[in-house]
Amino acid sequence: MTRRVVVVGAGPAGVSAALAAADAGAQVTLVDSAPTVGGQFHRQPAGAGPDKVPGGSRLVEHPRVRLLTDTVVWTVEPLHSGHLVHVRTGQADGPGRHGEALTADALVLATGAYDRALPFPGWDLPGVVTAGAAQALAKGQGIAIGDRVLVAGTGPFLLPVAQSLVGVGAQVVEVLEANGGIRGWTPSALVAGRGKLAELAGYARLLATHRVPYRTRRTVIAAHGEDRVTSVTTAALDREWRVKPGTERRLPVDAVCVGFGFTPQLELAVSARCELVDGFVEVTPTQETSVPGVFAAGELTGIGGADLAAAEGTIAGACAAGQAIPEAALRKARRGRTFAAGLANAYPVRPGWRTWPADDTLVCRCEEVTLGALRTAARERDALGVRSLKLTSRVGLGLCQGRVCGRNAAELAAGYTGGHYDPSDTARRPIAAPLRLGELAEDPEKENT
Amino acid sequence: MNVTVDGEPQPARAGQTVAALLLAAARVSWRDTRAGGRPRGLFCGIGVCFDCLVVVNGIPDVRACQRVVADGDEIRTQHGAELPEARS
Repeated sequence: MTRRVVVVGAGPAGVSAALAAADAGAQVTLVDSAPTVGGQFHRQPAGAGPDKVPGGSRLVEHPRVRLLTDTVVWTVEPLHSGHLVHVRTGQADGPGRHGEALTADALVLATGAYDRALPFPGWDLPGVVTAGAAQALAKGQGIAIGDRVLVAGTGPFLLPVAQSLVGVGAQVVEVLEANGGIRGWTPSALVAGRGKLAELAGYARLLATHRVPYRTRRTVIAAHGEDRVTSVTTAALDREWRVKPGTERRLPVDAVCVGFGFTPQLELAVSARCELVDGFVEVTPTQETSVPGVFAAGELTGIGGADLAAAEGTIAGACAAGQAIPEAALRKARRGRTFAAGLANAYPVRPGWRTWPADDTLVCRCEEVTLGALRTAARERDALGVRSLKLTSRVGLGLCQGRVCGRNAAELAAGYTGGHYDPSDTARRPIAAPLRLGELAEDPEKENT
Repeated sequence: MNVTVDGEPQPARAGQTVAALLLAAARVSWRDTRAGGRPRGLFCGIGVCFDCLVVVNGIPDVRACQRVVADGDEIRTQHGAELPEARS
């Protein structure tokens, strides 16, 4: 019987996985919440066809690929052999979405990652957004988040974001890299990432042309304004990311974009009971997770960028369809991982960020839990794990289900009590996407139509 | 397309997200929080953070960054935790 492979996420990893599995003879369903393929990296202007995305045209024309866009996976249910993937298709968060349950002999998770934002006074003001938000708005909608924009955080992703902002007419007042920039790259990362150096040089030229200062070991430590951001305070950081007193500077801006690396979108992998290592999904050389028949590719297995994600996707797709590991993809993946390890080394998040928020700074934006409330829960109410921390302070209990604050709250609390707070505990979300009660109440038999 | 924001007609184009439409209309926030009544707008921009919630056609808790506008949409500010409007 033809193997049925369900691929979740149509970014670089998912598109490659779907093509590899379909080419190997499997019947593939590729699911993505966006209206078109590409994911975050290959995001296209609204209404653009799939032909701009690598593999996109071949994908939509492939006789063995069914593409389900505007579709969310809300839970994954284990079967005796394989999994049942519950999806809903239709307008985002709208009524009248259509439900379906997809049977997967093999499942490829390629759900990607999102920006990590660290809390600082004023980070909840409108106009303060993640770097990814500014990028998605610029690339997908052709508009700038503001006229005078500060970009701050860590990692090479800040540079294409600044480029996109300039491209849609914003003035980027500064790009602040909290680490040491390219000086932190190890020789092996430089070799493995030599293809990236030309790209970086291009960004450097662009910043120079537009007179955008790029400063290292500096970041935004406060955003000011009444009902929106109107200015920021930036400051120099020491190697542990503590603020160097006396280096504070105030700048007028109308938007701030922050990104301190990425957090993998883990909930489906966690629901499927895949083992994690250091916050990422553990995989074998075939990209199979600890759960037989469940594969993971791309940022879920480690932050490494689009090329590595695509290589892992090709391996995962082929192996999910029952083939041997494609050697060329395996070589690419190995090189990509060396580069990724170098990046992780050069752009870490240093513990000194925990000194940035004030007592009244929100840690959990959804439930409006301040740092002071979190500390009280951890210290005085003996919340010695993520679960008790949530129940005593409500941190992570809101609509985002700890996606934004989970890791930050775990690290802050560990600093207060020395207790063990496993950040992956905050990724337990059996309902992976919000569902209206009427949808949940629907007769499940209807879902197989 | 005929789209309104808090009752006022707003120009919209195909493929535009509700968040992009609101930002183009010079709105930076379109929700206030349940406890503190603080303004919120776009934050993660990719459907993760649920900060940009808005009411569309009487249904609350719609992520403005994910929802694509459709002809006839009535978009309005969301105040705290709202329940769906009763349907006639």
